[in-house]
Amino acid sequence: MANIMVRKTAVGTYSFYLPKRDFEDAIVAMEFDSSDKWGGEIRLNNGGTYYIEPQALPARFPISLRARRLDAAE
Amino acid sequence: MSELTREETEALIQEVLEVYPDKARRDRAKHLAVNDQSVEQSKKCITSNRKSLPGVMTVRGCAYAGSKGVVWGPIKDMVHVSHGPIGCGQYSRAGRRNYYVGTTGVDTFGTMNFTSDFQEKDIVFGGDKKLARLIGEIEMLFPLHRGISVQSECPIGLIGDDIEAVSKKAAKEIGKPIVPVRCEGFRGVSQSLGHHIANDSIRDWVLDRRDGQAFAATPYDVSIIGDYNIGGDAWASRILLEEMGLRVVSQWAGDGTLAEIEMTPKVKLNLLHCYRSMNYISRHMEEKYGIPWLEYNFFGPTKIAESLRAIAAHFDDHIREGAERVIARYQPTMEAVIAHYKPRLQGKTVMLYVGGLRPRHVIGAYEDLGMQVIGTGYEFAHNDDYDRTIKEMGNATLLYDDATGFELEEFIKRMKPDLVGSGIKEKYVFQKMGIPLRQMHSWDYSGPYHGYDGFAIFARDMDMAISNPCWSKQTPPWKKQPESGASTAPREAGELKKVA
Ligand code: SF4
Repeated sequence: MANIMVRKTAVGTYSFYLPKRDFEDAIVAMEFDSSDKWGGEIRLNNGGTYYIEPQALPARFPISLRARRLDAAE
Repeated sequence: MSELTREETEALIQEVLEVYPDKARRDRAKHLAVNDQSVEQSKKCITSNRKSLPGVMTVRGCAYAGSKGVVWGPIKDMVHVSHGPIGCGQYSRAGRRNYYVGTTGVDTFGTMNFTSDFQEKDIVFGGDKKLARLIGEIEMLFPLHRGISVQSECPIGLIGDDIEAVSKKAAKEIGKPIVPVRCEGFRGVSQSLGHHIANDSIRDWVLDRRDGQAFAATPYDVSIIGDYNIGGDAWASRILLEEMGLRVVSQWAGDGTLAEIEMTPKVKLNLLHCYRSMNYISRHMEEKYGIPWLEYNFFGPTKIAESLRAIAAHFDDHIREGAERVIARYQPTMEAVIAHYKPRLQGKTVMLYVGGLRPRHVIGAYEDLGMQVIGTGYEFAHNDDYDRTIKEMGNATLLYDDATGFELEEFIKRMKPDLVGSGIKEKYVFQKMGIPLRQMHSWDYSGPYHGYDGFAIFARDMDMAISNPCWSKQTPPWKKQPESGASTAPREAGELKKVA
């Protein structure tokens, strides 16, 4: 499990940040993205995938979360 | 020199890499790239933020340098103790030219060097007692200081001192914040981790100190984050923001104070200049206090106007009009500067090799002068910095990450730019090769370069470097090819000079 931060960019897309490794990337796909179910498997621009426990859409961004690494691209 | 094609630039990289042994070549190849604007993601072409290769010359610094030198050092009313042996602090002392106002040694301490001066016995028996004693001495000798930060040098982490415990205890005794910073130089691959650690220590020890306290806010409160006031940069930026109607509550860290940092969580918008060194704290404030942040660029009139408008877009019409007013007010001055220098600099080429921000931020300023950046690279950038750089740089230009001394020399020898923008370690190497160099870390003891006022100085300095008559006098007269029809007389004179 890793601590990550999800942000909303100025154009409304999600961005991913992994403080531990100072790694920042765009989220290109998210399994669930509706108001009652949000999260699941997310795919990053570099091809890496993480899993966020599906939850209600966070009220505010950015938000720090725990995520499980499924497949890091590096 | 004329532009290289993509193939030529690639061939150049291959040629430079040839001298390395196999493994080193494979590693370094990942850090060198030909820019391709169509690439969305820098990772496909360049690797960054990796450990430097042992055996090559890198110009990177250490985590302590990132924390003490960059983030904490300029906070002027605090005492920053270089905890450990004396060299780390002394050899880097006052090198960054963070200007500030105040009486040094009384209420401000920017250019002074405080250190615990570790000796062998401190390494053997631990230095915690010494640290406690030193804090008492600071309190006695400099009663007007507002707080202390303890900047760990390598040995502190190695011998396992508990600086947190000492700091907490002493802070209670003197009633001022004491911030232990675990920025030992061996952490991470470059000064970049030091920035992160320093940001985290501000977050954990300083930022929430005024939470819940009253603050006379206005809707136009902003803070300048990541401007270190090199040669007065932050001042040249601040006046523009104030002129457009904003209230600058705090300035990080150049000419900054502890109180300003504590008050930052009260602002409406954080304006972030150096993304690489201060994005961490901006993210934190965005999450915890809901303060949005915005990256801006105050180098050169084009980027300044863009940034002022982007900043104003976060506010109401009053500020938007203010931004337009500021832009219009400085327009004639900027046109005059460009009219004066552009004809002299038009078409000149530049290669840059700087820290974590300027390799992309200053491109616009050079372009405003009609110059062209043909190669750029960072000492300690991350992938997201290169993402941003790719769009700024022309196609087929050269990108180099954590360039080695050898690579940089070879690239510059081959690409023959009219100007190199880099640091003191590079300066004399290239000037002796006959290529003018301006230091882009310290502004070569000039500045400011930010803001409209800064651009006028920037343009003058670049012209001064390039147009200096000395560059045509690099070959001594006796080594010059005799011009056709020249008599023997001047050659004799030359020989005489040589003997003398
Ligand atoms: S690497 Fe260690 S010893 Fe060297 S300057 Fe940095 S803190 Fe000091």
